[in-house]
Amino acid sequence: MEKFTKHTGIVAPLDRPNVDTDAIIPKQYLKSIKRSGFGPNAFDDWRYLDPGEPGMDNATRRINPDFVLNQSPYDQATILLARENFGCGSSREHAVWALDDFGFRSVIAPSFADIFYNNSFKNGLLPIVLDAEIVDELFKRVNAKKGYQLSIDLEAQKVITEEGDEFAFEVDGFRKYCLLNGLDDIGLTLQHADEIRAYEAKRKQAEPWLFA
Amino acid sequence: MAGKTLYDKLFESHTVRTEDDGTALLYIDRHLVHEVTSPQAFEGLRLAGRKVWRQDAALAVPDHNVPTVAADRQAGITDPVARIQVQALDNNCQEFGITEFSMDDIRQGIVHVIGPEQGATLPGMTLVCGDSHTATHGAFGTMAFGVGTSEVEHVLATQCLLQKKMQNMRINVEGTLGAGVTAKDVVLAIIGEIGTAGGTGYAMEFAGSAIRDMSMEGRMTICNMAIEAGARVGMVAVDEKTIDFVKGRPFAPAEEYWDQAVALWKELHSDEDAVFDREVTLDAAAIKPQVTWGTSPEMVVAVDGNVPDPAQESDSVKASGMQKALDYMGLTAGEAIADIQVDKVFIGSCTNSRLEDIREAAAVIKGRKVADNIKLAMVVPGSGLIKQQAEKEGLDKIFIDAGFEWREPGCSMCLAMNADRLEPGERCASTSNRNFEGRQGQGSRTHLVSPAMASAAAIAGHFVDVRDF
Ligand code: SF4
Repeated sequence: MEKFTKHTGIVAPLDRPNVDTDAIIPKQYLKSIKRSGFGPNAFDDWRYLDPGEPGMDNATRRINPDFVLNQSPYDQATILLARENFGCGSSREHAVWALDDFGFRSVIAPSFADIFYNNSFKNGLLPIVLDAEIVDELFKRVNAKKGYQLSIDLEAQKVITEEGDEFAFEVDGFRKYCLLNGLDDIGLTLQHADEIRAYEAKRKQAEPWLFA
Repeated sequence: MAGKTLYDKLFESHTVRTEDDGTALLYIDRHLVHEVTSPQAFEGLRLAGRKVWRQDAALAVPDHNVPTVAADRQAGITDPVARIQVQALDNNCQEFGITEFSMDDIRQGIVHVIGPEQGATLPGMTLVCGDSHTATHGAFGTMAFGVGTSEVEHVLATQCLLQKKMQNMRINVEGTLGAGVTAKDVVLAIIGEIGTAGGTGYAMEFAGSAIRDMSMEGRMTICNMAIEAGARVGMVAVDEKTIDFVKGRPFAPAEEYWDQAVALWKELHSDEDAVFDREVTLDAAAIKPQVTWGTSPEMVVAVDGNVPDPAQESDSVKASGMQKALDYMGLTAGEAIADIQVDKVFIGSCTNSRLEDIREAAAVIKGRKVADNIKLAMVVPGSGLIKQQAEKEGLDKIFIDAGFEWREPGCSMCLAMNADRLEPGERCASTSNRNFEGRQGQGSRTHLVSPAMASAAAIAGHFVDVRDF
């Protein structure tokens, strides 16, 4: 997993609540058995005016000029600013892969759906929860200046604006540690293999029917 | 000290170890696998040279991509990308030694339908699947939740997951439901009440006399949509109905263990003095048949209501969301729900494709005909075994005589990954769980309803109160 320590980048405003994972990556792209290549189809229904199918050359499709990620400089954005309940809906990790593949390193919103929030950490995409009022203020600043940038300092748990304002955010200690160091969860868990085996032995005694 | 909730009990009994910040390593008893969210996980195992920790804990089935027309199924999947994905599941299960009900197996069906049907879902288990509707299995006093593909790989490799404990929320539905009002209406009413993010961060327990009176099928419908209220976990305490349902199923405890299992399962309820971080109570008698009007399940009203007006909404973010939804849905504020005409009707999905749902729908359809303006009405049973049983009861004939199509099991038009989909602008009365933009095909307009309400809409050609039908 890619490490996340500090990051500065252009912020793209996506001003609607309840952006669901079907919108982030429509289902036809879930047929892929790969983890990469979803970026050109992130927000497919909003980004293109014609229907998309896997295998199409996206460069030949009609783009929707009104959609923020099609506009310069937001096509270069690395931070997505969103409204409440971002990433609701299905568990598809493809949504995170698509955002990551597009180039996003972080999503800032007042709240996230649980599964999306969790999936983000597994892929080095940092989801940041800030108060609705702060998010609202950030929307104002981003809308007022094209190419507005934010800096994120994970170690210090701060979002820093161009004006030098700092907003603190929360993140679980364990998740932060994994992200700062780019650690693979599975490797970490397997360090406790003996404890897992001991637990299994105990359960096998108490609930033998669970073990075929 | 206050008592424990059902969720507390299950979380504790499955904790292998706890990190300093409270993150628990949680043991997973059952892992259900399907074709869409697993290929990258198996690939990850291969790349790292890892094995599956416990093969017998996993059970796999293809459901999202499979064709629902019998002839197409026999001929094989024509969409090459989908075919590769289903084949990848077959191959991965073989390579890693996991039991799979393949596409031509009579036991094949929607992953959340076959788990309980086979007794692979048992009370007291932790159960995960790379699918958000895994909450369905919570109807059995099971701690079940959806995970992403990285976590699918984590469970395959370690039989464990890293989890922070959630907060506890209880939804009490007290009293008796009116005739024609079903579990689907109850859960839509709950989501309408608390919103799609109302349960975020919570494990949700459904309680109260209306839930106790409900069949296991109804409880599954309710838990299925906990995620639509933001809760990863939805659950119902174990009672006699739970135990009766499980008894004798292929994966249920064998005779010699049965009494021991039942004794343990009877403890699977929240203690009398357990404290919930949030409680919400609904009056069952006040719940009417529900119809969603927008592009989020919380955008829901009773069938005798009207499409709401964004101008009446004081929160500006919400109002603009409502307006976007109306534009997308092609509806006008104030329009009566009963005036909305539909083009297609879909009865199926892990929310409402079990035998009870199909029987309820058939009872409405019987002896009637689908309205002329309906382009397609279809029933997609949740599993091969459900289809078989429904046919034994002659239910397929009722649907076919009325003008419905009777299909093979799968996810079908719930998410339209296969050929079953809406054309842009088409409007559907659907028994599924999500009305998101594009969910049933690009430009699709979905209205979520119960099986009885979907059936009534098929006959009338527009939404109609099934209680007067
Ligand atoms: S029926 Fe729909 S919601 Fe259920 S598992 Fe299939 S796609 Fe997901």
